[in-house]
Amino acid sequence: MSHKQDSGGPPKGVSRRGFMRGVGLGGGALGVVNQGAQAEPQAAAAGRTAGPGPAPITLQINGKPYNLTVEPRVTLLDALRNHLNMTGAKQVCDRGNCGACTVIMAGKAVYACSILAIDAQGKEIQTIEGLSEGGKLHPVSAAFVRHDAQQCGYCTPGFVMAAKAFIDKNPNPTIEQVETGLGGNLCRCGTYVGVRQAVVEAAKAMKGGQRA
Amino acid sequence: MPEYSWPPVEKRKLIGKRISRIDGPDKSSGRAKYGSDISRPGLLHGAILTCPHAHARVTSIDTSAAEKTPGVTAVRVISGPGTECQWAGTEVAAVAATSEQIAWDALRKIKVQYEVLPHFVDDEDLPKAGARAKPAGEQLTGDPEKAFREAEVTFEGYYGIPVLTHACHEPHGQVIMWKGDRIDFWCTTQNVSGIGGDLATSLKVPATNVHVHQDHMGGGFGSKFSAERWGVVGAELSKASGGRPVKLFLDRATELTIAGCRPSAYARIKLAARKDGVITGWESQSWSTGGFTGGGAPPIPYVFTEIPNQKKNHTAVSVNAQAARAWRAPNHQQACYLTQCAMDDLAAKLNMDPLELFMKNCDLTGRPDVYRAQFQKAAELSDWKRLWHPRGDSGSGHVKRGLGLACHTWGGAGHASQCRTKIHPDGSVEIELGSQDLGTGTRTVIAMVAAESLGLPVNAVKVKIGESDYPPSGASGGSTTVGGVSSSTRKSTLNALAKLFEVVAPALGATPDQLEAVDSRIRVKGNPAKALTWQAACRKLGARTIMEMGENNPRNPGGLNTGGVGGVQVADVSVDTETGLVKVNKIVAVQDCGLIINPKTAESQCLGAIIFAGICGALYEERIMDQQTGRVVNSSYDFYKLAGIGDVGQIVVHLNMEPEHDKRGVVGLGEPPAIGGITAIANAVANAIGVRVTNVPLTPDRVLAALERRNA
Repeated sequence: MSHKQDSGGPPKGVSRRGFMRGVGLGGGALGVVNQGAQAEPQAAAAGRTAGPGPAPITLQINGKPYNLTVEPRVTLLDALRNHLNMTGAKQVCDRGNCGACTVIMAGKAVYACSILAIDAQGKEIQTIEGLSEGGKLHPVSAAFVRHDAQQCGYCTPGFVMAAKAFIDKNPNPTIEQVETGLGGNLCRCGTYVGVRQAVVEAAKAMKGGQRA
Repeated sequence: MPEYSWPPVEKRKLIGKRISRIDGPDKSSGRAKYGSDISRPGLLHGAILTCPHAHARVTSIDTSAAEKTPGVTAVRVISGPGTECQWAGTEVAAVAATSEQIAWDALRKIKVQYEVLPHFVDDEDLPKAGARAKPAGEQLTGDPEKAFREAEVTFEGYYGIPVLTHACHEPHGQVIMWKGDRIDFWCTTQNVSGIGGDLATSLKVPATNVHVHQDHMGGGFGSKFSAERWGVVGAELSKASGGRPVKLFLDRATELTIAGCRPSAYARIKLAARKDGVITGWESQSWSTGGFTGGGAPPIPYVFTEIPNQKKNHTAVSVNAQAARAWRAPNHQQACYLTQCAMDDLAAKLNMDPLELFMKNCDLTGRPDVYRAQFQKAAELSDWKRLWHPRGDSGSGHVKRGLGLACHTWGGAGHASQCRTKIHPDGSVEIELGSQDLGTGTRTVIAMVAAESLGLPVNAVKVKIGESDYPPSGASGGSTTVGGVSSSTRKSTLNALAKLFEVVAPALGATPDQLEAVDSRIRVKGNPAKALTWQAACRKLGARTIMEMGENNPRNPGGLNTGGVGGVQVADVSVDTETGLVKVNKIVAVQDCGLIINPKTAESQCLGAIIFAGICGALYEERIMDQQTGRVVNSSYDFYKLAGIGDVGQIVVHLNMEPEHDKRGVVGLGEPPAIGGITAIANAVANAIGVRVTNVPLTPDRVLAALERRNA
């Protein structure tokens, strides 16, 4: 909402959101600065200098390499949705609050909106598209259907990925552990009762040999 | 003409069964495509620049630098010089570019000069509102002065319930492509059949040029009916970019600032009563804001509308903020909260169990028997008799447990809806409606009704919704969808089946009226051996496809759907009096809702409503305005709080499914259970800690402040 040219308004600094948009979605207070020197530390994380313009990167997604050319400020979520047409992960809160963009990276559930695509190189990324390949529903997805753990469904892919990562580490979860383990995902329609049941049941099913 | 009615309970094969939603696998595997997931060749990304001031006049706007930015294909001014912006977040300009990043970069290069004007955003402090307050005038019933003069007991209280936002997870926006005479509009809307016409009117093109598409949508809750400024400007950007598709969705801060909110409500309420708890008089001074345009009067006294003596004064307060939109059961949560917190406080003053007081006043409602039975059921399911205690009498530990209750009402009769059924010679069936599934399970309900009518399994019918080329069906608001689409689908499928019977009857040596469709067979009633399989029957159509319509006319629903329901909710909470944290242990919801097509998704509606509106509204959600800048302070999920999975406790849903409910026909369920929860929780907290926290949400600071007042 803020921009530099307004006059007569209250003094403004750099907001957290503006900063985040600058590095991620562009357009914030640092958006332009980011095209210069600010881009370098981020590129350095990948071991070389890249940017400010589009740079070639390779992402390892669902077992396959994908080559794409993106600006260093492009997030993993933006890369998935807008460059690779993998739209299961959703953009909701814009920045690390809601978990709708959850993917599994190097075995951990992460918010794809809060990771730069360039930094996701060299790590195995699993998205919801890779979970039920071949048309057969993954046990977690199937449990979400059975327990009606979804209404509008916009948060569901993120929840399913978070649940999968959670069950991988907690094969015998209690309801209380599910509530803690999935506390990083928000649903607006209010499907939590179904989600709790679905995760407990999916964990049982996955032990029973349905593990994908 | 077939006779249109629901099959008798004992003959139903699908209706009333717990069927998993048919689009569930698509959603839980990430395959479901929402408007915001749509990509088309040459897709451009749009972004909107909004006004940072709560009240300002645009004096100049210079887009030249933005236009010159490489990758930018079009720039549009929405609020040109001279435009008065009445709230922060007013749309000022928009760009389309080859990437989201370039679009945001370009926005920042647009130079806007504003003349900043005075603003007002405080909706609670009525005396401060001055000319921004518009009294609606006094409403009188009976003789309230006499009622209060002669009352055995009176009570006076103050209550407040704030503005909150819709916070749809899929933000508002669209992908749109305007090429030549054709506009393709991939939406996120509650109004598939109506939004195209709305856009066409704004663009001054024939409605026939607009083609709306929507497979799935990520939440609306009453905020997604119209084409909006961003739809119009998106179309213009597409046209100006040579017809390339433009994707423009609001970022979260803008979504929470301008894309939907609920009116607030504040009131001083006086009750007159007899010593036995029967209410004899009501007096209220209430006010609320529905944003800059004001509005949003809560219907008080709520449910207990027959209080014989009433004096009411309501004032609409205009603030510099977005206009309110319908928020799941518009004005009902507010009315329920104002009315029934006061009733609960009256019970406390009389040292009465509020359950007893509410029961005693059921004769002041429109459906006394329904509510009495529901109060009894809710008391049983919540273990009220054992767990309830007089207010504040909650033991010596610092965690206090309490119970509270509330009741509510809603309409929910079916909207206008048309359905087209096609039966093809190969036996496949298509059901087409210009409707939408908000996540309520509409698609599944349509499939179940169609399959039930045709004697087929659910997966044998293909439900096609979400296209404006399909027969028009009403917008999904007011819990009108399930009644509308189930009735039109029932009629349309029965009409199509009658045509099939006409074709098949000679082969079975019977007349069409002697046939029935059961278990994927067309058979002679009373002689099931004389039958054809569905496939064999349809082959008799030769090359002809049956196509028949069915319509729900809200003025004459013919017994298939109706409206008017009651519900009761009880909350069981624990309050930590050292931290002020409120924890929901259990919510019990007893709900009347007519004939239930799918108990599984019906229960989900109740569960969702209780969490979305009850728990979130009672404990977490509130739009906070900064008085100095006039902006929304908490326009992010960091500070605009929603309940998480660990915040909801146990939820028990009891749907009234007795024959007397079933025979009423279908009634909508999205809204009624979204009403009473806030009040039940607030009353439970008062019961636990012995003092009323006047304003929701019941955040720790408010709980602690109330405790301090009690101890002072």
